[in-house]
Amino acid sequence: MNGTRCKIPVVPCSGIGKSLGAAAREAAFVLAEDLRPDKTKIVALSLLVLGDDEARREVAGGEAVAIDGCKLECAAKGLACSGASSVHKVAVFDVVRRHRGLKPEGVCDLNEDGLRLARATADEAAKIVDEIDAEGGHA
Amino acid sequence: MPNLPRKKVGLIACSGEELPEGTVTRRAVRKVLETLRPDDTVTLCLPLFLAGGEGERAFARYYPTIAVDGCDKRCAALATEKYSATPAASIVVTEIAKESGCGAIGTARRLDESGMRLAETVAEKIVEETDRLLKKKPRAAGRAAGREKP
Repeated sequence: MNGTRCKIPVVPCSGIGKSLGAAAREAAFVLAEDLRPDKTKIVALSLLVLGDDEARREVAGGEAVAIDGCKLECAAKGLACSGASSVHKVAVFDVVRRHRGLKPEGVCDLNEDGLRLARATADEAAKIVDEIDAEGGHA
Repeated sequence: MPNLPRKKVGLIACSGEELPEGTVTRRAVRKVLETLRPDDTVTLCLPLFLAGGEGERAFARYYPTIAVDGCDKRCAALATEKYSATPAASIVVTEIAKESGCGAIGTARRLDESGMRLAETVAEKIVEETDRLLKKKPRAAGRAAGREKP
């Protein structure tokens, strides 16, 4: 990624009722702060829900990554409604199927398995970020 | 006498991922839901308003809601109003932090001790509003655990 290109927006679901939603949120932090801090930026889903102009400008017309906790896919829908040209979906409910031993619990404070699930989710998202970056897809 | 559904208050946290105050809204709402007023409250998922959550929209139309926002953009309050109905009460964390003289509270990912205390204060405010909306007498027991004097 060159210095003039914007960072890729990452939007996690705000899932406040389920551990998988909390894992989605944590995965976004792992991705944007630990794994790909130079390539990604978290955009708050609540701002997109409200239709905040600045947040919409961050995502409009470019590729973005949605990390959702459940099948309702609020983050992906929020990005689509906000004008993202392409929404790359990462679904925690799919990731957990690939890591069957994990039993995530907690919302505000995820247990160890929840944190492992978040890390596994972030790893999958990082691969997508690298692909977008390699293709130069984010304007 | 018909068996009417129990009246509950819907709590809507902004959860804003860009600010630590957004994390405070989550922690405060979960504290009320899990510990302080579990029988009187439910949480509503803010993004579901946009994603087509009819259950969320309908609840907020017919039951009282409390919007808990991290900052003065008030995403939870305004989005609830936009997609359903005006919240019965609105709480903004930055205002409470200012009133209580709270300084730095950590990051959106990890609140520090000050952030945790602020979340407790916000939870108490949510309880006050919940009791007011349900017209309950203030209850000392059930307020933030461990903070009462013997």
